[in-house]
Amino acid sequence: MKLVICAGTATAGKTSVLRHVIRRLLDAARHGAAHDSRVRPAYLKVDVQYADEDMQVATEFGIPTRKVYSGELCPDHCNVLVLGDALIWAQREGADVLFVETAGLCLRCSPYVDGGLGIVVLEATSGMNLPRKIGPMLSLADVAVVTKVDRVSQAEREVFRARILDAAPNVRVREVDALRGIGIDPLAAQVLSTPDVRGELLLRGNPPVGTCTVCVGKKTIGWQSHFGVVRPLDNQLFYRGE
Amino acid sequence: MVHRGALGARPRTEERQMIEQLTVIGGRGRDGQSEPVARLELDMGSVVSIVGPTGSGKTTLINDLELLADGSTPTLRRVLVNGKPAAQSWREDPAHNPVALITQHTSFLSDLPVDLFLRTHASVRGHDAARSRAAVVETLLFANELTGEPILPDSRMTELSGGQTRALLIADAVVIGDAPVVLLDEIENAGIHRLRALERLRQHRKIFIFVTHDPYIALLSDLRVVMRGGAMVKLIRSGEVERHLAQRVRAADDWLAGFRERLRGGGEFTVADLEAVA
Repeated sequence: MKLVICAGTATAGKTSVLRHVIRRLLDAARHGAAHDSRVRPAYLKVDVQYADEDMQVATEFGIPTRKVYSGELCPDHCNVLVLGDALIWAQREGADVLFVETAGLCLRCSPYVDGGLGIVVLEATSGMNLPRKIGPMLSLADVAVVTKVDRVSQAEREVFRARILDAAPNVRVREVDALRGIGIDPLAAQVLSTPDVRGELLLRGNPPVGTCTVCVGKKTIGWQSHFGVVRPLDNQLFYRGE
Repeated sequence: MVHRGALGARPRTEERQMIEQLTVIGGRGRDGQSEPVARLELDMGSVVSIVGPTGSGKTTLINDLELLADGSTPTLRRVLVNGKPAAQSWREDPAHNPVALITQHTSFLSDLPVDLFLRTHASVRGHDAARSRAAVVETLLFANELTGEPILPDSRMTELSGGQTRALLIADAVVIGDAPVVLLDEIENAGIHRLRALERLRQHRKIFIFVTHDPYIALLSDLRVVMRGGAMVKLIRSGEVERHLAQRVRAADDWLAGFRERLRGGGEFTVADLEAVA
């Protein structure tokens, strides 16, 4: 199973980017491209209290989708807790790549997992200083997808790009117009070349200081490895511990 | 993780100027058939129009140019730089994207004085202070040739009119951005002196691509590419007849613009105007 985790501020265009990537993957499979490029995607949306992207994606592509509301939990903590279950769900659905779209509200957290592909979606229209403000969500990503590049001047596009590379020198920058699907092809290729995740999965970054086992730095994916207030994918919050 | 190479360094100006020609090797249209135009050559200093109705494949052609396509996009087109495939490192790095894209939605977001804004851009291009200043002066000169309403260095970006904004977008992409290809996607021409713009654009060694429905621009281009069904179906080089026709189109445009100006000035129209139209 390939694991793609997509983060980014609200309205940045995460869903649009993923929809274009999913469409490219399905088209490539349908047009009888090389056998190894066949993929069956599944999609999980993590959000706080409302999301309908799972329905949009299911309607558009007929692939397995679901959503989880984090409610009282920090959405990125929720992501850590439910991701283990979600991989099992996607496997059962016959998928071989799981796209997880996070709520991405906190600029201190980073939801990426070692061995998976971490994508941060940034909108060029949020101002040239954004790359300096968002911390590990950008610096720990593998790919920074810059959306809405058609909306800003060449100057702002180049300054934005330079500041991304100042904040995250090794990140691969992809500039796209997700409305029209310009610049998406290499991103789909990168998803295809991502290896499968195996064994115990670890969060890539260190969570911020806090009080639950995710907060205090236990990075293992899956609620079974945590104590305190936890939740599986299918159930509500419960307390696990002494 | 995946591909953590040392990418992203901005190309120096010398590297960008090495592009002399871009060649698009035809792929397939939406019907899966080979497209009729097998080869499109874009030379530095040329002005090219892309014409075709909505859904004819203009956007996918732009996509292929931006990505320096290597046969892996849905159209299977390949884009050659100076007759050769672009290096993988170029395709991986958006700083090598040869296309500066200006659409009808493109604008400046920053609320900075023009001078400071342009200097910020020049600084990320690796210019030192003296070169930055020179580039800013040249950009403003060029922009002011394109528009009739002068842009001052201490104007704020957000106070610029539509015509001033478009002129500065183009001038900045050409002079400071130094992009080999400047693509103008259905931008409104109001407030831009089109003939002067075309003349001045030709003096810069760039490839200018207009996605346009403006007959004047299309007829005065060196070449126009006709799109249909996702394919490049025809290349047309404007001959003498079309150039003459362009002058008629311009006269008609000017006549209409005169009407517009009279209307703006509170003018009233008379029977004489009606007879002139008939």
